[in-house]
Amino acid sequence: MTIRNNTKSLLLHAFILGFGLLMLYPVLWLISSSLKPTTMIFTDKSLWPSVITFEHYSDGWSGLRNIQFGRFFLNSIFICVVAIIGVVVSSAMAAFAFARIDFPLKKLWFAVMLGTIMLPGHVTLIPQYIIFHQVNWVDTFLPLTVPKFFAEAFYVFLIVQFIRGIPRELDESAKIDGCGWFMLFMRIILPLCAPALITTAIFTFMGTWDDFFGQLIYLSDIKKFTVPLGLRLFLDSSGNSNWGAVFAMSVLSIVPSLIVFFAGQRYFTQGIATSGLKG
Amino acid sequence: MTEKYRNYLAGYAFLLPWLIGFFALTLGPIVASFYLSFTRYDLLTSPQWIGTKNYVDMFTDDYRLKDSIWVTIKYVFLSVPVRLSFALAIAMLLNQGLRLLNLYRTIYYIPSLLGGSVAISVLWKQVFDKEGVFNQGLGLFGIDGPAWISNPHYAIYSLIGLSVWQFGAVMIIFLAGLKQIPVELYEAATVDGAGKFRKFAKITLPLLTPVIFFNLTITLIQSFQTFTKAFIISGGNGGPINSTLLYSLYLYIKGFTFLDMGYASAMAWVLLLIIAVFTGLLFLSSRYWVFYSDGGK
Repeated sequence: MTIRNNTKSLLLHAFILGFGLLMLYPVLWLISSSLKPTTMIFTDKSLWPSVITFEHYSDGWSGLRNIQFGRFFLNSIFICVVAIIGVVVSSAMAAFAFARIDFPLKKLWFAVMLGTIMLPGHVTLIPQYIIFHQVNWVDTFLPLTVPKFFAEAFYVFLIVQFIRGIPRELDESAKIDGCGWFMLFMRIILPLCAPALITTAIFTFMGTWDDFFGQLIYLSDIKKFTVPLGLRLFLDSSGNSNWGAVFAMSVLSIVPSLIVFFAGQRYFTQGIATSGLKG
Repeated sequence: MTEKYRNYLAGYAFLLPWLIGFFALTLGPIVASFYLSFTRYDLLTSPQWIGTKNYVDMFTDDYRLKDSIWVTIKYVFLSVPVRLSFALAIAMLLNQGLRLLNLYRTIYYIPSLLGGSVAISVLWKQVFDKEGVFNQGLGLFGIDGPAWISNPHYAIYSLIGLSVWQFGAVMIIFLAGLKQIPVELYEAATVDGAGKFRKFAKITLPLLTPVIFFNLTITLIQSFQTFTKAFIISGGNGGPINSTLLYSLYLYIKGFTFLDMGYASAMAWVLLLIIAVFTGLLFLSSRYWVFYSDGGK
């Protein structure tokens, strides 16, 4: 009986693992192809390259039109860091107001905010573009970073839910000790909702790193290109002639997402499972 | 100043960034977009009022739009149910109290993590090429696969495939939902002699309907707005012969390639309307099939 159960469970594990690897096959193929010499990419069918070369990486990294691929990385990282600071700070502030302070029209604003979560971005897209065009911000990083300082509804909601779980007695005792709202926010609430803030930071990173659409419409000077834009330009200009380098840069472009994912995995799955809106 | 008013002031002070953003970046643009949808505007000269011409043109004159709506509907209505069923099947496979669950969940989540990136769309273009990895795989079974990307009959299926492949986030939500179902129910059903299929149909599925509803709504809204895959795989033009011209891509082409900002605004409002109708229908239907164990409170 136990032997039968063990075999059964072993088979189940083997199936799950095998099917998982099948799902990952395209990604593994991408990594493997980026390491194969050009002539072997489409002929050598084995996943483990018989000859390993890093020429595609150095070739791709040298970039195009005198701009190194590293430049695209720096641009992407800069936009992401600023976006994370903006979203976390402004969303935490709004969440604190909704979760802890009483003020007129609070219920109305909260309902309005929840309503904006569902709103498709297309409806605001064109006028936003026109505004940024009129203040001469097009082709700068400003349209991709400044709006992040005005809080994002989804994260406000996430942090509100988290703050509601923090006992109110802490507020009371802090107030007795002479803490104002600002001190209460900085000293008590912010440190205690660190998990929600980390989740917010991680999701903001993912969303900003892969925000191809926003970067596509706002950036046109190649010196300001981000990783997705650089990759697309690379695909268009070297395309079929140099798949190896395109694959190598593709691999590099997903590395930051993988690092952030594995570093913050706990927050990640919790964030998806509890509120499940992004991804 | 009394305590009460100090609180009011503090509340609005903390809310200020969101409030400014709401008026300047959401409400203002919504109103402006509605106005622009009745104008001709190319960003260089000032908007010209043309009444409902944009809307009339959309449905009488624009054959590319007709293609685009048809492609989008096909994409949404094939990819959403398949992605959800796939995610549920995998979630049930993983939800058997396995050791190594975390490892498996990570493996199955990675496609979802990376699927929206330009890199994966680039890869997809290669995988589904006539000579690509997918057809090589089919070749092992003696099947001669078509050119998935460059054949207008099949191109949309490569996009649908990519969308289904990103099942991970939905799967994680299903897993969380499955864990909420009390084990006692299954035990009682076993005592009553219920088989696996009956347990699935009578316990798992009904108790999971709120989660299915949630996933369905979110995935539906997202799918109507898909852009990156279609842009990269078609090289930005929605080809071959409009077969991958998803609505968002066409809106981008109209607004930012042809600089027809008024028309693009009208398209945005029609998209909003389409999404509102489908989510509305979903909400209306939910009372007939979504089961809340607490009576929906």
